[in-house]
Amino acid sequence: MKTVKVVNKEDVIIKFAGDSGDGMQLVGNQFTTNTALRGHDLATFPDFPAEIRAPLGTVAGVSGFQLHFGSSEIDTPGDLCDVLIAMNAAAFKSNIMNVKANGTIIADLSGFDKKNLKLAGYNEDEVLLVNSESTNFTFFQIDITKLTVESLKDLALDIKDKDRAKNMFVLGLLFWLYDRELQSTIHFIEERFNKNEIVMKANSLVLKAGYHFGETTELFTNRYELKKAIQSPGKYRGISGNEAIALGLILAGARAKLPLFYATYPITPASDILHFLAKKTQEYNVLIFQAEDEIAAVCSAIGASFGGSLAVCGTSGPGMALKMEGLGLAVSMELPLVICNVQRAGPSTGMPTKTEQSDLLQALFGRNGEAPIPVIAAHSPSDCFLSAFEAARIALEFMTPVILLSDLYLANGSEPWRYPSFDELPEIKTNLITHAIDNFEPYHRNSELVRNWAIPGNKGTEHRIGGLEKQDGSGNVSYDGNNHHAMVKLRAERIEGIAETIPLQEISLGAESADIAVVGWGSTNGSIRTAVKELLLEKKSVAHIQIKYLYPFPKNLESLLKGFKTIIIPEINNGQLVKIIREKYLIDAIPYNRIQGQPLNVAELKKEILKYC
Amino acid sequence: MEESIIIPPLSSKDFESDQEIRWCPGCGDAAILKQVQNLLPSIGVPKEKIVFISGIGCSSRFPYYMNTYGMHTIHGRATAVATGLKLTRPDLNVWIVTGDGDALSIGGNHLIHLLRRDLNVNILLFNNQVYGLTKGQFSPTSEQHQITKSSPFGNTDRPFNPIALSLGAGASFIGRTIDREAKHLQEVLRSGQEHVGASFIEIYQNCHIFNDGAFEIFTNRTTRKSSVLFVEHDKPLIFGENNQLGIKLDGHQPVIVHINEQSSLNDLWIHDEKDKIKANILANFFENEDYPRPFGVLYKNSLQQEKSSIVGQKSIDSSVYNQLIAGKENWSVL
Repeated sequence: MKTVKVVNKEDVIIKFAGDSGDGMQLVGNQFTTNTALRGHDLATFPDFPAEIRAPLGTVAGVSGFQLHFGSSEIDTPGDLCDVLIAMNAAAFKSNIMNVKANGTIIADLSGFDKKNLKLAGYNEDEVLLVNSESTNFTFFQIDITKLTVESLKDLALDIKDKDRAKNMFVLGLLFWLYDRELQSTIHFIEERFNKNEIVMKANSLVLKAGYHFGETTELFTNRYELKKAIQSPGKYRGISGNEAIALGLILAGARAKLPLFYATYPITPASDILHFLAKKTQEYNVLIFQAEDEIAAVCSAIGASFGGSLAVCGTSGPGMALKMEGLGLAVSMELPLVICNVQRAGPSTGMPTKTEQSDLLQALFGRNGEAPIPVIAAHSPSDCFLSAFEAARIALEFMTPVILLSDLYLANGSEPWRYPSFDELPEIKTNLITHAIDNFEPYHRNSELVRNWAIPGNKGTEHRIGGLEKQDGSGNVSYDGNNHHAMVKLRAERIEGIAETIPLQEISLGAESADIAVVGWGSTNGSIRTAVKELLLEKKSVAHIQIKYLYPFPKNLESLLKGFKTIIIPEINNGQLVKIIREKYLIDAIPYNRIQGQPLNVAELKKEILKYC
Repeated sequence: MEESIIIPPLSSKDFESDQEIRWCPGCGDAAILKQVQNLLPSIGVPKEKIVFISGIGCSSRFPYYMNTYGMHTIHGRATAVATGLKLTRPDLNVWIVTGDGDALSIGGNHLIHLLRRDLNVNILLFNNQVYGLTKGQFSPTSEQHQITKSSPFGNTDRPFNPIALSLGAGASFIGRTIDREAKHLQEVLRSGQEHVGASFIEIYQNCHIFNDGAFEIFTNRTTRKSSVLFVEHDKPLIFGENNQLGIKLDGHQPVIVHINEQSSLNDLWIHDEKDKIKANILANFFENEDYPRPFGVLYKNSLQQEKSSIVGQKSIDSSVYNQLIAGKENWSVL
C-alpha cells in the first residue's frame, strides 16, 4: 500500500488541453459540473481553435478548457494554471507558458512521440517533459492512450474508438486526485450513449480505470482537498453567458406577456444564443428567424416590433456595423428592440474566436444623425441573464432600441448561478394600446415622453410611421427646421430620462473614501475584482466600480467618481470608456489597455494599479 | 377560432389618408394608388388588419396615402421589415410597395429570399426604369444604352428581367400589369391578393419627369395592340391589331403565327398559369423584341394553405418557465 498525503488547497486552476478531437471540452465540462455539485465556487473559459478541423496534432488544432475553482469567491478562470493536462506536444507548446512555477503537468506520452513532436514544430528527438533552469514543474508522464486501450481489451471496439475514450481516463484520474465521486459522470455517460451500449460501457470502464490508476500507481503521493465555498443560500446551476442571454430573453417575453422574436444571422460568437432558442420554439412563445443577412435580421425585428413582439437580434461586431441603418430607423420610429452584440476582436473580421471590448463607441455613436440608444453591458456569464432581461425592460418601457454588450469571454465562459424563480422576476409593463382612440396620434407621449404602441389589428389607431422626420404628435412628415431641432432634443431627453429608472452606481469593492477607483465595464469585472480584492488585503486604498449602464449613466456616477483622487479605467480595447468619462465629466481618468484577445491578466493589472498606490 | 366580425361596408374613400399626395401631377404612382384604394373595400379584410410597408423612392411614399397601418422604412428593406411582421403576425394582410431601384438593386437580396420563403404578402414593384427621387440616374431595369444623368453616354449595364428573376427565386405568383390599364391593374392586384403565398406584381409605371415614354410602345394606340400580349388562364395567346396573331409552341420555341392563315386557334399555346416551364418561356419574351410583352398572371401555383396561428398564443404555466431556468443540473445551497 502506498501512503497518500492529503493536501489542502484554497483554489486550483486546471487547464485541459489537447487536439480538437481529444474531447477536452467534454472533460472540462464534466469536471466543472462535479466541482459545482461539490460546492466550490468556480469560473471556466474554453479556448477553441478557429478552424473547425485543423490538421491533427498541430498547434492550430489545440482545444483548451480552463477551470478555476476554490473554497472562496472565484471571479475569473485565472491567469496561470496550477495543473496542465497536455494530451499532445502541440497542447504542451501552446500552454506551457501559462503554467505557474511549481505547477504540475500531466502528459499523455503517446502524444509526444516523434510524429507528434514534428507536427507541433519541435525537433523529433526533443525531450520536452523535463525542467529547464527556470522552472520547477512536476511532470507526470503517463501513457494514457495505451492504458485506455488496455483497459478495453475485452471490448469488441476497433482501436480508433478505444483511443477516443482516453479523455475519460484523464477525467477519472482527476476525480481521484481531487477526491470526487464518479456518479455524476457515469450518469452523464449513460444518458449520452444510451443508444450505443458498447460505447457507453467503454467510457464508463475507462473512467474507472483512470480513477483506479490514480489509486494504485506509485506516481501520485498527494491528493488535494478544498473546502466548500461559502455561497448565499438558494438554488444554483451552471450557466454560460450566451445561454443566460437566451434565457433572459425568453423570461423577459414571458414577464411582458409578449412573444419573443429572435432574428439573427449566424456569427461567432453569438450563434449559441440562436442554437439555444431554436430548441425552445415548440414549447415557448419564441419564434426564431435565421435571416438572409444581418440587415434583414434587424429589419425583420423592426417589422415584428411594429406587430407587437419583443423583437431581438443577436450579433457580433461586423454584423453590428451592418445593422446600424436599421437601428436608426428604430430610433426614428421609436419602436422597442434589443440588439445583443457579443463582441469579438476587430476591426473587420479580426479574430472571431478571441474576446475584445472594442464596440462600445460603435454602440454609442455608430449611427448617422443624432440617434441615441441606451447601452448596457453584462459583467459575468450569469449576469447576462438579468442584463438581457433589463435590456428588454428598457426597450419595452421606453419604446426604444437597446444595445446589450456582451463578449466572447462572457459568452463561452461559465459559472455557478443562483437562479431566480419566475415569480421573483418583475413584470415588464408595455405601452400597448388595445382600444380605439379618437384622432389617434402615433407620437402622442406620456409624461416620460414615451409614445403609444398601437399595433396592427387594433381598430381605430391606424397610423403610418417611418424614417422621415416627423411632426411630434401627429407623426406627419415634416421638414420644418424648428420641429427637427425639437425632435432631436426630445429623442435625446427621452433616453436620458431612463436614468431615473436605473439603480444608482454602487462601489462593488472597497470604500468611497479610497484614493483610487478602478472603473470597468463588461467582462473585465472578474479580473478587476480579483486584483482589487488582493490589493485591499494588502491594505491599499483602492475601490472597484463596474458600470453596467453605459448610456445613460447612473445619475450619481459623476459625483461618485469625482470623490476619488485617481481613476483607472482598464479595458480590452484602445481606450473607449475612458474617452467618454474624460469627455463627459472632465475627469483625468487613466487608461489601461490590453488588446490581446484575452481577458485581462490579474497579475499585470495589479502591477499597474500599484503604480498609483 | 377567431370571432366572426361584421365588417361595415367600406368604400375606397375610407382608405384615403388625410395626407396631401405629393407625387408629380400625372405620375403613374397616383393611378396605382387609386386602383389599390378601389380594390381594398372588396377583399374582405378589415382596415385595421391591413399594413402597407415601403422602402425608399417615389413609390415608397405610398403608405402615407393609405388610411391603414403603414411603415415607410429604409432603402431596399421593406421586404425584410415585412418578413418580420408577417412571420409574427400571419393574421395581417401585408402589402409591400417598392420600386425598381429599391427592390432590385439595394434590396435585391431580401426580395429573392422573401420569394423563396413564399410569405403570404403582396409585392407591388413599381417599375419606371429609372431612379426618380434621386432625380434621374439609371436603375437596374434601365435599358442598355439608355441616356440618364448618370449615364450621359448610354447605360452600359443590361437590365434585369424581373419576371425571370422572381421565377428563379421561386415566386409562387408572378403578375405584370401597367399603370395606364386601370381595369387590368385592378384584376391582377385582386388575383395577387387572393393568392396564398408571395405575390410578385411588376407594374410598369411611367415617370414622365425622368423617363417619359418608357412604356409608350405598350400604351400608344398605334403600337399597343401588336406589342402587348394579355394572357389569361386557359385561353390561347392572341394579340395584334385585330387579334389576328397568335403564339404557338414549336417544342420549346415560341412561334408567332397568323391565325387561320398559318394556324388554327386550336394549335395555339393555351396559357396555363400553373406551368412553370411555360412561364419561363413567357418571361423570356422580354429578351427578344420580336415577341409581344406578356401582361397578366404569368405564373400562379399556390404551395400552401393560409396559416393563421400567431406566435405568442401559447398559454404557459410559470412552472414550465421555472423548469427552463433551473436547467437539467442544479443544486441547492442551504
